Amino acid sequence: MDVFKIKNFSLNNRLFIGTGKYATYELMQQALEASGCQVVTVAVRRERLIDAHGRSLLDYLDLSKYVILPNTAGCFTADDAIRVAMLGRDLLEKQKNAGANWVKLEVLGDKKTLLPDPVGTIEATRELVKEGFTVLAYTSDDPRSAVRIKEAGAGAVMPAGSPIGSGQGILNPLNISLCLELLKEGDPAFPVIVDAGVGTASDVAIAMELGADGVLLNTGIAHAKDPVKMAVAMRHALEAGRLSYQSGRIPRKRYATASSPFDGVISYIPGE
Amino acid sequence: MPFTMVVKVNGQSQTVPDGTTVRQLVALHKLAPEKVAIEWNRRLLKSERYDQVLGNGDEVEIVTFVGGG
Repeated sequence: MDVFKIKNFSLNNRLFIGTGKYATYELMQQALEASGCQVVTVAVRRERLIDAHGRSLLDYLDLSKYVILPNTAGCFTADDAIRVAMLGRDLLEKQKNAGANWVKLEVLGDKKTLLPDPVGTIEATRELVKEGFTVLAYTSDDPRSAVRIKEAGAGAVMPAGSPIGSGQGILNPLNISLCLELLKEGDPAFPVIVDAGVGTASDVAIAMELGADGVLLNTGIAHAKDPVKMAVAMRHALEAGRLSYQSGRIPRKRYATASSPFDGVISYIPGE
Repeated sequence: MPFTMVVKVNGQSQTVPDGTTVRQLVALHKLAPEKVAIEWNRRLLKSERYDQVLGNGDEVEIVTFVGGG
């Protein structure tokens, strides 16, 4: 079993799937099942006071099967992110779900780009670690920010492949590989998860081939024409990328290297 | 007529009788306390403190989980 650890969390699946934007809760359930994921992310929002009898997400998540990872999406200050993290933890403690002690930290800069605010992210990481949280921090693909967030005590750093929900994939593989190199220097087990921007299965494979420990995605599945089939594709891509990384790819070469020997050819060879 | 006060619940002003507790407020909205988390004046309020009596002008947030990434 290809297990990996984020602080006290021991996980045997590397795909983290979001629960947002599905057409129906039933479709979400099927997609989660098809993806093979163990961790699912959720958001914390005000309860609707007018239509309180509406359907609740919690009724559609098998809490004995999934580890819930609450996020702080929609927070633009460290203070708000801390408030939301505390509320999420309380809710999960009530459900007795193992996810109660971790949080996907998002401190955003603006609503248009949803890019992370590095200073707010570092501040919130420090505070949440003091409060006993395992912090999985969403960040940009900037390697230096990633290192600072790790130094602030994050249990995992989650650089974005491209903006949230953009479907643009891994826009800067060099930066992602530098994040991986710097974060894992002398600490190879430190978890790095590519979060955001996945549009299709090959994006997941590329992230894993670069050496990421996992991938977190939502829209790529939820808004696919066939979310359940796309969830299967993402599962296979994760496995393919992981195996490829473990196998060690060949170096890129400028010129061709023949797979069939030239020794013994009966043909004319140009230039010889 | 009993005395009343105004509290802000999830951003909306609401008139409730004097002496209303957080637990009563949750019941008033027909919510299950085990399926929500509550902030009282911007501080998390743990379940064991849901008998907290509200004061005029208090702000309460009652939240739950929704789909998100």
